[in-house]
Amino acid sequence: MRVITSDVLVIGAGLAGERAAIACAKEEQEVIILSLVPPRRSHSSAAQGGMQASLGNSIKGKGDNPTIHWLDTVKGSDWGADQEVARIFADNAPIAMREMAHFGVPWNTVEAGPRDVYIKGKKATIVEEKEKEGLITARAFGGTAKWRTCYTSDGTGHTVLYTMDNLVVQLGIPVHDRMEALQLIHADGRCYGAVVRSLRDGEIITYLAKSTVIATGGYGRIYGESTNAVINEGTGSWLALQTGVVPLANMEAVQFHPTGIVPTDILVTEGCRGDGGILLDVDEYRFMPDYEPDKQELASRDVVSRRMKEHMLKGKGVKSPYGEHLWMDLRHLGKEHLTTELREVHDICMYFIGVNPITDLIPVRPTQHYSMGGIRVNKDGHAYNLEGLFALGEVACWDMHGFNRLGGNSLAETVVGGMIIGKKVAEYTKKASLKTDKTLAEQFAKKEQDKTALLLNTPEGENVYKLRDEISAILIKDVHIFRTEEGLTRATDGLLDIVKRTKNVKVQSSAPGMNPELSTALRIEGMAKQAYLIAKGGLDRTESRGAHSREDYPKRDDNKWLNRTLARWPDPDGEPVFTYEPVGLLDLPPGYRGYGDDLREDMKMSIEDYNKKIPGEQKQHGRLETSEPIGTKLPKEMWKSEVKETK
Amino acid sequence: MERTLKFKIFRYNPNIENDKPRVETFKINETPRLNVFTALNRIREEQAPDLMFDFVCRAGICGSCAMMINGRPTLGCRTLTSDLPENIELYPLPFFKMLGDLSVDTGIWFRGISEQLESWVHTQKEFDPEAQEERMDNALANKIYESERCIECGCCLAGCATAQAYPNFLGAAGLNRIGRFIMDPRDQRTDEEWFELVSTDEGVFGCIGMMACDDVCPKELPLLEVFSYIRRKMSTVPLKR
Repeated sequence: MRVITSDVLVIGAGLAGERAAIACAKEEQEVIILSLVPPRRSHSSAAQGGMQASLGNSIKGKGDNPTIHWLDTVKGSDWGADQEVARIFADNAPIAMREMAHFGVPWNTVEAGPRDVYIKGKKATIVEEKEKEGLITARAFGGTAKWRTCYTSDGTGHTVLYTMDNLVVQLGIPVHDRMEALQLIHADGRCYGAVVRSLRDGEIITYLAKSTVIATGGYGRIYGESTNAVINEGTGSWLALQTGVVPLANMEAVQFHPTGIVPTDILVTEGCRGDGGILLDVDEYRFMPDYEPDKQELASRDVVSRRMKEHMLKGKGVKSPYGEHLWMDLRHLGKEHLTTELREVHDICMYFIGVNPITDLIPVRPTQHYSMGGIRVNKDGHAYNLEGLFALGEVACWDMHGFNRLGGNSLAETVVGGMIIGKKVAEYTKKASLKTDKTLAEQFAKKEQDKTALLLNTPEGENVYKLRDEISAILIKDVHIFRTEEGLTRATDGLLDIVKRTKNVKVQSSAPGMNPELSTALRIEGMAKQAYLIAKGGLDRTESRGAHSREDYPKRDDNKWLNRTLARWPDPDGEPVFTYEPVGLLDLPPGYRGYGDDLREDMKMSIEDYNKKIPGEQKQHGRLETSEPIGTKLPKEMWKSEVKETK
Repeated sequence: MERTLKFKIFRYNPNIENDKPRVETFKINETPRLNVFTALNRIREEQAPDLMFDFVCRAGICGSCAMMINGRPTLGCRTLTSDLPENIELYPLPFFKMLGDLSVDTGIWFRGISEQLESWVHTQKEFDPEAQEERMDNALANKIYESERCIECGCCLAGCATAQAYPNFLGAAGLNRIGRFIMDPRDQRTDEEWFELVSTDEGVFGCIGMMACDDVCPKELPLLEVFSYIRRKMSTVPLKR
């Protein structure tokens, strides 16, 4: 068996993984990146609208600063975020955007003078300042006090990823593409690398490294109906879950994006609404101002998705052979705008559903889009309970998003997190030594070889595609935007049964090489188990917070549930173990988020007492030592001077 | 009336010793708004579990799924069967290394091109985290973005006569990439350096101007414009010497 060693092994070649790899390579660490696909095909490339950073160059962003960005982020998270991490993010986002400009991203920039825009459905003229001309500009996104989302047309993920990958090439970092990590190699609380299957020829290879970094993105495909790419099947979070010791956090926090197109579930960016697009119902009536008079279409994503669903439940949806939907109207933005700044959206509508947004309404409905939850890591990106394992980007729960992330914050997280966590990985790696324990590696590799043999040689068994479809049918039916005890109980029962059935899959084809059916079969247990964690986490969390919305528990309960769900699966044939840790230091006290009725149960404990227990309790749950103590990056009460700004 | 579609698909698995390249036929019923992405997945899940092909974003953004559809290189995800006759022939893209059935190795080729062309901003400047970014005219940013929109799907190379004859030809994708950096004022490479890079038979002077690339580019990149820009730029360089 081939053994490949490096200082750092990065699994995933999207923006987060590549940025972290670059940070390590710049610190003279030898890095190898693994990727399911050629790096520029990673799902980061599909991000359209942009990245939030408080540069404040556009006149509508004037006066913006990291504190206001942080406030928006913490409120948006419904106080589920780790406020220190949100602060690290907001403080560094402007630097990361400028750095990407330095690396070559052709950001759209400020053009001085007047221009017509649409704000809250009305035409307005804004005048950009001469002194800001040529600096990175920004567009409006949901749930923000300022226009803060930096962009290149509606291909932001694409340009930033291409620029990042250019840098990877420049630094000579090897990317082993068409490689799938199947299992982490670990013992006694230390990670040593991964067992990997080549999707070119099926070879099993072990990669040993001082540090292993998971940056594989989300699991959206588990839902079937998702905006995610077909590779987003939760392979990275499954790696962590299989260790039995590393927890996946807040898996019940699932984002549904308001505007997936119908059919095909392809995303059209929040930038559509940021640039003035409006939502209409079956009567072509604009309903959002009735529900959210202040933010309207630009309320936070969870809020807009709920309002849309609510409106459809009132019989105001548009019936179609592909189910009910609503309309998005971009016609008033005009041909010029729709063929430049929203060009991908224009092309997607034209090619995939035959709709011309210049003249027609676009059929949209809320669609699974993002996972706030994931591999629980500390503020350095170091995984709980397993030294030498790091995670970042969508796959991780670093936790700046809590229970709802703002549009434009996750794409920004990839580069900011990559910059910050990449450095921490490098620091750790320099001090670490590589014990090349080949026997251990062989043991783990053998497990995978046995699994493969079983899948191929079982005389009879389950069809993997059928299991996959059953999982998504359950999630779509009972673990969606609105949740109830009845539905979630049905879902957990059904999913637990499927988890068992995934142990008895029969792969029809034994063709050597890529064997796509075998690839799916090797992932299916992870998909089923993660689906179960989503449903079970949701069932147990008897409150509504951010994207987790319980019809039977409509209040946000800060007294009982101001915490983060942690799920581990120590016995692969048993059931998972759930524990809860405090969300992190509170600087902004829990309060009203600004949408709908103020349904909250207040925390009885004082903020001081809550904060006192953080270091101890989180440590108990497996948080490894951070390079700086908890709280060093969270300045106290800076938000007080800004509160007026964000009303 | 619902049609029965006949997919004639090129099959070959290089991992099987002595496997013979062949064409296999699969029948499926056509559903409304069926595209080649959905069709191929149905064929794999219902009839041919070992069928190899590549899709990632399934939204025309990532460039993974270029293939020859009835003789024309294009993106599978974006191709509706309603725009095709009942008989649909699928072949892998020529020019790239074959990985199996419809899957080809575009990633390695494009990495090679990036290395060869040093496709990154060449600058002596160090990034200063405290400093304001360099200003750029928005019109120029948009112009760079026009070229940056290439998704490296490989359709232009598959459709290019020169590329079939000269495997080292940079093709439209390679030339477009150079054009993108020549345009970018942050890249401090000199005209002479650009000249060295592209003024060869493998570069801009290898193109015989048939412009199939321009016809087949799924992103409708302004390739003609980019080539003229590079040629114009290059034609002035020797004079300066």
